[in-house]
Parts: sequence; C-alpha cells; structure tokens
Amino acid sequence: MKIDKDLVDKIAHLARLEFQDEQKVKIEEDLNRILSFMESLNEVDTSAVAPLIYLSDEVNVFRADVVKQEITHEEALRNAPKKDSDYFRVPKVIDQK
Amino acid sequence: MSNTIYDQYEAVIGLEVHAQLSTKSKAYAADSAGFGDDPNTNISVITLGHPGTLPMVNNVVINFAVKMGLATNCEIRLINEYARKNYFYADLPKGYQITQDTTPICTKGFLDVKLKDGSIKHIGITRIHMEEDAGKSIHDQDMYDSLIDLNRAGVPLIEIVSEPDIRSAEEAGAYLTEIRKLVRYLDICDGNMEEGSMRCDANISVRKKGDQILGNRCEVKNLNSIRNVQRAIEFEVIRQIDVIEAGGHIDQNTLNYDAVSGTTSVLRSKEMANDYRYFPEPDLPPVILTESYIEEVKHNMPALPDELFKKFINEFNLSEYDAHNILEQKEIALYYIEITNHTTNYKGAANWLMGAVKSYLNEAAVDIADFPLKPAQIAELVSIVDEGKINITTANQQLFPALLKDNTKTALSLATELNLIISTSNDDVLAFIHEAMAKYPEKVAEYKAGKKSLTGLFMGEVMKLAKGKLDPKEANKLLAQELER
Repeated sequence: MKIDKDLVDKIAHLARLEFQDEQKVKIEEDLNRILSFMESLNEVDTSAVAPLIYLSDEVNVFRADVVKQEITHEEALRNAPKKDSDYFRVPKVIDQK
Repeated sequence: MSNTIYDQYEAVIGLEVHAQLSTKSKAYAADSAGFGDDPNTNISVITLGHPGTLPMVNNVVINFAVKMGLATNCEIRLINEYARKNYFYADLPKGYQITQDTTPICTKGFLDVKLKDGSIKHIGITRIHMEEDAGKSIHDQDMYDSLIDLNRAGVPLIEIVSEPDIRSAEEAGAYLTEIRKLVRYLDICDGNMEEGSMRCDANISVRKKGDQILGNRCEVKNLNSIRNVQRAIEFEVIRQIDVIEAGGHIDQNTLNYDAVSGTTSVLRSKEMANDYRYFPEPDLPPVILTESYIEEVKHNMPALPDELFKKFINEFNLSEYDAHNILEQKEIALYYIEITNHTTNYKGAANWLMGAVKSYLNEAAVDIADFPLKPAQIAELVSIVDEGKINITTANQQLFPALLKDNTKTALSLATELNLIISTSNDDVLAFIHEAMAKYPEKVAEYKAGKKSLTGLFMGEVMKLAKGKLDPKEANKLLAQELER
C-alpha cells in the first residue's frame, strides 16, 4: 500500500484534522515509512495464524445491569473546552435553515 | 383496474429498525440508561470516552438480543465479537460506536405478517446485532453552538435488519407493527417511535416487475412513526419511478424525510458517504453463548402474540377478529388473560373487555393500567349475568358505571344495593306481557299475521315495565308463548 497526498487528505478529513501543506508532506513520508516497516511482516507466512485481537484469553466478562453513578454532572463537564451549566458546547454541526 | 405506468413497477424495500433496550444501565457502562433526566447527568468516564477507560458488557443486553432473535425465528450465534464503527461526530465522544459487524448475534430469521386481505407475507430478517446509541445534539437553541447531551450515549440498542422482501407501504406497516408488538410483549423496549425508543430507516428502490436486478436504493432516515414510514415509502416510490420514466437515474443517496411536507430530500450523497473503517473491538472480550443458555432464555420467554392468538381461537373459541383486537395491545391481552383465570365464559369476558371496558378507556383517555376495576371484578360481572341474576343490559348500563364509581364493592353486593337483581317472578312477567299486549292490540294482530319482528317492540315494553329486572331469556320464551296463544 502506498500513501499519497489524496489519502493523507482523506484520513485527515475523516479525523476532522487540518494540516498545512508542508505538514502533509511530512505525514505522507512518515506514514509510508511506517507501512513499509510493517510490510516486512509480509515476508513471513501467517496463513495458518489467526489474527490477534485480544491480549488475554478471557471471555464472557459481564457486568450485572445495576446503575452506578460514579461521577457527577460537574465532573463530566469539567474538562470541556466549551460548556454551559447543562451542556457541552461545540461549533454548530449543521447549517440552520 | 387502470393500468398506469406505476403499475409496471414494483417497490423493493428493506427496513432497519433500531430498538432501544429497556435496561437499567448502559450497554458497556454502569451509568443510568434512563430517559428524561437532566442533561449530562447519566454519564461516566466510559460514556465520555475518556482515555484509559474500558467498557464492560451488560449481560441483560445479551439476554434481550437473544429473546428478540428467538421471537423472530433467528439462528443465535454462539461466538460473538464486537467491532468499532469509526466516525467523527460531536455526540459520539469515543469517535467510534461499539457494534457488531461480521458476527451479529442473530441471523436468518423471519416474520410472517398478516395483511388486510387476510394473506400472509413472509419477510426475512437478515440479522439482529447489538450496539450502542449516540448522544443527542441540539442545534436550534443557540446561534453559534450545538449543545450536546450525552445521557443517551451508550444506551443499548439492537438493530433489526430485514431482507429486501417488503413490496409496499402496507407490508412495511404490518412488519413494523409486528416488531413493535414483539418488543413490547418481550418487555425489552417500550416501542415508542415518537419518543425515539424505536426508530426506522427504510432502504427503498424500484424496478420493473419481473426484473431480477435491484435498482439503486435510497436510504430514508428520520422516520418517527409507522404512518410516516408508510408515507415516506409512498412518496419515494413515486419519485423514483418518475425519475426513471423521465430518463433519469437514481443516485444512491441518504435521504431525509420531512413529515410536515411528506417529502424526501438529500441528506448525504454517495460521495459524502462515511468510511466507517470497521475493525474488531479489542476492549471487549468475545461473548461465548452455550446451547443451554439459549434454552434457558427460550424457557423463560413470555407468551407471544402468535401463540396467544392460537390459544384464543382454539381453546377459548374467540373469533379471529376478537383475538386480534385483544392482542393488539399487550396490557389489554394480559388483563384479558387475568379475567379468564376467574371465568370460563371466554367470549363473555372478551365482550366485556372490548365493549364496556374499552369504551370507558377511550372516553376517559386512560390506559388499562389505570382502569379502576380488577380483572376478577369483570369476571364476576360475567358470572352474575350468566347465572341469570342480572340482565346484560342492566349490567352494562347501570351496574358497570356504578362499580366504576365504587370499585371497593363486589358486583353482586352493589347490584343488590342498587336493587338491580332480577326479582321479577314469572307471574309478574306474565302480567307485564299482558299489559304490553293490551297496549298494542293492533300490533298483536300484525304479529299473529306473521310479522315476527314485532317481538322486539313487546320485549322493550315488558323490560320497561319490569324496570329491567327480569331474565330476558326467560321473558322472551314467555312472550312468544303468549303471542302464539
């Protein structure tokens, strides 16, 4: 896989990040370097190896359906860059008609 | 039938239903899943997507999803994994939704729904998977900002995806009604579309009848009632046919339905479609079910409408019409079943419930939960009528309203108190019959000449004279006897 400028733009858009052109050049280089490093794994035959998804062998880790309120409304809003007494505030996400 | 251009096409519709599960806590966190609380109070570090936090599966969600799968004839998957669906939106704090991608818990089910003409429509269910709801964005309260309430974020959902087997608005309505009935009977979701606890997206395409290949489909969102799903389908099918007939072609867009105008408009084009980059959720270990677990869930399932319908018809000898009406609302059905625990006159019980009780509920605009009489009291009304202690009209028109006002008494004691018990002897009834016949000598002559329908007139008169306190069956017999004499 080759990362080009369009793909960098696409990934940035999906993450809602904005970059300067010179930053994008650097990102493109970095991502390609990371990918080619990972590609060295292709030299090993892994067709008989199941993908590793979980780092433990545990299964069926459940929680009973019991309500526990562990943080307060004030604590929830504390780190928000913009808020009022009730809500998180974000730049308007749709156009108003 | 007029053969218009529209008749040459058929609609191909698949529905995606999101049902909010009525658990106490959220799908992967312990904060409350309640509705209607102050904004951003039902939250946790997991719901807020804080770094380093780990989700944990609510076991009731599994139970509810399996129940719905069994109720819709699905196969239940034993090895379940979760996946991340990645997209960027302010009301999704983690940046991804925890859902199931390649391993939905239920697959290959179906529902057989009844249409107006009595025919049965078989609708396949592709899959049911477990996922979580997003928070709520409020766009119209502030000029510059959107307000975010995360109470709903992480509330458990199941998504029920149908096969594209639906061919009309009517079939879509019947399917949704059935799904809603099932979630309510199973007690896993309140099924309230207006409040958003059940939501529906419709995938709609059209093709010439006989064509095998599917046309391009549009997905219509924002359908908050069964009626609106039907209206959106009706509008969209005509729109698509018009576009094709005008030589155009259908773009695979996501559409928004506007309930006020009854029209659809483009929300997102295919080019703007999200790239969700699904991948396995490493934070939640797999959920492995056993056959014995599924058996246990099956064993503890409440009776479902289909099963009750058969019981009502075969064991209780109700008409299909009555059975259908009683089952339409779960609470009514449960109330009816409770009455039948106290009487074996099932038809009489159904008549009381669908007659006097239903009209009271309609007039007072209350639910059966707030109905002042207990099922046993209705059963008592049924029996004292059957025993000939009071006639049905008096029971309906006088005793029932009195009982509603004073629901602490038994029907029999109240009837005695109000002097409604049949106390008229046959001799008295005969006297009333003679009085009535004496009043209308010419009608007696007409009756004797063959106009048997006059019985009603004489009965009405006798009833009036007896002030309703007679056994109508007995009186009818005596009346016929006297008129024939």
